[in-house]
Amino acid sequence: MAELVLERLPDEAGAAENVIELAGARKTYRTGSIEFEALRGVDLAIRTGEYVAIMGPSGSGKSTLMNIVGCLDVLTAGEYRLAGEDVGELDEVELADVRNRRLGFVFQQFHLLPSLTAWRNVELPLIYGRVPAAERRERAVAALERVGLGDKLDNRPGELSGGQQQRVAVARALVGEPALILADEPTGNLDSRSTEDVLALFDELHVQGRTIVLITHELEVAEHARRIVTVRDGLIQSDEVNPR
Amino acid sequence: MTWSETLRTGWAAVRGHKLRSMLTVLGILIGIAAVILTVGLGLGTQKDVSQQISALGSNLLIVTPGSSTDSDGIRGGFGTGATLTRGDAEALASEVNAPDVGAVAPEKESSLSVEADDTNWTTTVVGTTENWLDVRSRAVTSGEFLTADDDAEGATVAVIGATTATELFGTTNVVGQQLTIADTAFTIVGVLDSAGSSTDTDLDDLVVIPLTTASDTVAGGFDRNSLTTIYVQAASADQLGAAYQEANQLLLNLHGITDADSADFSIDSQDSLVSTATSVYRTLTVLLTGIAALSLLVGGIGVMNIMLVSVTERTREIGLRKALGAPPWAIRRQFLVEAGALGLAGGLAGAVLGIVAATVLPDLLDTSIVISGAAVGGSVAIAMAIGLVFGVYPATRAARLAPIDALRSE
Repeated sequence: MAELVLERLPDEAGAAENVIELAGARKTYRTGSIEFEALRGVDLAIRTGEYVAIMGPSGSGKSTLMNIVGCLDVLTAGEYRLAGEDVGELDEVELADVRNRRLGFVFQQFHLLPSLTAWRNVELPLIYGRVPAAERRERAVAALERVGLGDKLDNRPGELSGGQQQRVAVARALVGEPALILADEPTGNLDSRSTEDVLALFDELHVQGRTIVLITHELEVAEHARRIVTVRDGLIQSDEVNPR
Repeated sequence: MTWSETLRTGWAAVRGHKLRSMLTVLGILIGIAAVILTVGLGLGTQKDVSQQISALGSNLLIVTPGSSTDSDGIRGGFGTGATLTRGDAEALASEVNAPDVGAVAPEKESSLSVEADDTNWTTTVVGTTENWLDVRSRAVTSGEFLTADDDAEGATVAVIGATTATELFGTTNVVGQQLTIADTAFTIVGVLDSAGSSTDTDLDDLVVIPLTTASDTVAGGFDRNSLTTIYVQAASADQLGAAYQEANQLLLNLHGITDADSADFSIDSQDSLVSTATSVYRTLTVLLTGIAALSLLVGGIGVMNIMLVSVTERTREIGLRKALGAPPWAIRRQFLVEAGALGLAGGLAGAVLGIVAATVLPDLLDTSIVISGAAVGGSVAIAMAIGLVFGVYPATRAARLAPIDALRSE
């Protein structure tokens, strides 16, 4: 494990040992006069190259945690450092930039744009990252080949199976070379064969040194990860290495 | 996100909903077509009228009888008196009195029935002198025009316009033929070259006879010495102003009028006739402009409406793009470009419709419409600007959506 980490990040080794560092993270939602504490002081550190599953029943705060980690929402109190960068102080435009450079999202509903072909979907993050067009195409094709869809470049999402669509989404998450791949119930809409398919892909990516955080409520999905963090009532209930 | 990227996305969105986009831009389409037609009609009318008036001749002053004041000091209406006479015309032609006047053609015009064999045709009979041909910029195709002798003798000769000749004889080869005006037989000595017809007068439907004959033989009676018009041609374009002054002063003197305001004649230049005639069409232009402005406003609101629908429909797309790193300005620009593309599409379609209408309508309505490149280009630009302006609010709404809420929307 440790060897893999060093192999993967020779230049940033040490400096960005931890991809995610949450300290005393609190998040309070207000709806009118009603307050709801979704996170009540979470401390969590995830190192480069780890494959972590975050588990918990609905209402446990795991979705809030995912939004915070994904820089889609900001903390009410506490500190969050992503790849060494304190994101608590950033404004909307800077957060967009951080999501673009540091994060790759995989969603339960795939969230592919139906009017675009597979490779056009995959290149989207690169468009916002101002990568030149020729390089975008090249990298999008490489990412699709990486997930085994080199022959579906010009297919639209409607022409692909659920498993294939999710693999396109994984390619889109990979294409920007992010520090972290964040998958929110990635198998929630898939049948068991496609589920195995996508989870096998995550396993491969992990072996290649990618840092993966997978949010799920299914134990059999979580068991693919090397470390399982359980959230309950806005707090971390357990955090243990998965013996497999 | 680069501009080309944004443009591609915007255009794809418009094309993605063809029917909806078409309905949305209908207002803009009609507005732009109306703008092009309005401008075209204005220019066309101006062109028609100036052609019609320049067909009269060049460097002309047109003297017409005005209201006369009788001995009791009561002013009659326009054209009530026989205020212009042959004497006036002769005085105007004098080198001494009016050195800047080149030539003068008096006209005594009346609408009369003309007969040839058993055919008869009501046409304009013009009594004039030999100068008429030059002053009115006309020519004869066969035979000759009236001479000074014809006028002096009161000869019963006539020069005929092509239309009249065809109506009476079925041919324009009529030199030497006889025709009858007011029970007097005339011999045709010449046929006028065609001057074409302006929109409402046929310049080739007339018979020209010597002025003396028109006064003494055809008109006769109380009215015999009056003229309907005196065409005064300035010696050159530069002398038009001076010729006007001279003619005005001379006629005032001859008529014994000291106060220029009570002149019993009026003198118009061709320019002043053009502007009088075109002012009639201004009401129509104002009306069309109003329609255009309203359609464009309605069209703009249509664009705003459909853009708000589009933002709602694509909330998840907006959320996804934001999650992938699109900053708010990129989202705003994307929707603005889409609104602009809608406006542009409407503008282009409107331009096509306007140009087609401007090509087809003149034949149906008997008016000319001039297609102005500036009007077409300008109105297409306006259409796009309308799209952009009415797109600002929906685009701003899209840019403000929170990514998590947007991703979660169903």
